[in-house]
Amino acid sequence: MVTYRRGVTDDDQVFKALADRTRRILLDLLFQRDGRSLKDLESGLAMTRFGVMKHLKVLEDAGLVLTRRSGREKLHFLNAVPIRMIHDRWIDKYRERRVSALLALKTELEKKDRRS
Amino acid sequence: MTEQAATRQVFRIVIKASAQAIWDAITSPEWSERYGYGGRVEYELKAGGQYCHKASAEMKAAGLPERMIVGEVIESDPPRKLVQTWHPLFNDATAAEAPTRLSYEIRESPAGVSTVTITHDVEGAPMVAGMVSGGGDPAQGGGGWPWVLSDLKSLLETGARMPT
Repeated sequence: MVTYRRGVTDDDQVFKALADRTRRILLDLLFQRDGRSLKDLESGLAMTRFGVMKHLKVLEDAGLVLTRRSGREKLHFLNAVPIRMIHDRWIDKYRERRVSALLALKTELEKKDRRS
Repeated sequence: MTEQAATRQVFRIVIKASAQAIWDAITSPEWSERYGYGGRVEYELKAGGQYCHKASAEMKAAGLPERMIVGEVIESDPPRKLVQTWHPLFNDATAAEAPTRLSYEIRESPAGVSTVTITHDVEGAPMVAGMVSGGGDPAQGGGGWPWVLSDLKSLLETGARMPT
């Protein structure tokens, strides 16, 4: 569950969770097919069950993985919302700035054009 | 390991808003036209009640039918839980797929922060499953639930939408 903790933002947790290759592989596995059991995820990785559980816990704490019970199994689902939010709030922000810088440059050059 | 495609998708977001504010944003037309793909929702909030998401003028101009998404309310427990069927009639292909089952669960913490969880059962509707999962360009209709929820968060927390 994602919480607003003092000093540690959701973004921090998401970036921390994504800063590990194994965890990104786990997300990719869920992207390929969602709703997998621990046993299933384990088979895609050369790692102990305990190791996989630890990584899943970090992903769950960052809100990137959600779990649902299905009978006796706990199934893991990818939650793409935090990644979307990083995209919307970070990546778009810089892309826009670059675009507006280019537009400013264009206006500037056209002004010079007219002067010459 | 089975190779069958997932028939359930789960999405979660945390919003600094009351459960009631989020409930209103989901179920009232005044709010629904302000985020996501817009358009006005009509909900008869009781079991067996009708649901319809109407296309905006812009969407209709893009070829979408007036009754863009239709469904039936299965459970309404304001402002905590809403379960409904959800059948997009975007085109002949989505109309031909089975109606899907959508549920919203809203949990408010004592700090006034709410968690919204969407569970979308998309069995028998692979095309709808692809659309709602997100990962595409929102401007092309590919934003899915991740984009809609991210936009809802922006609207409720800042009063403004995200630039697209």
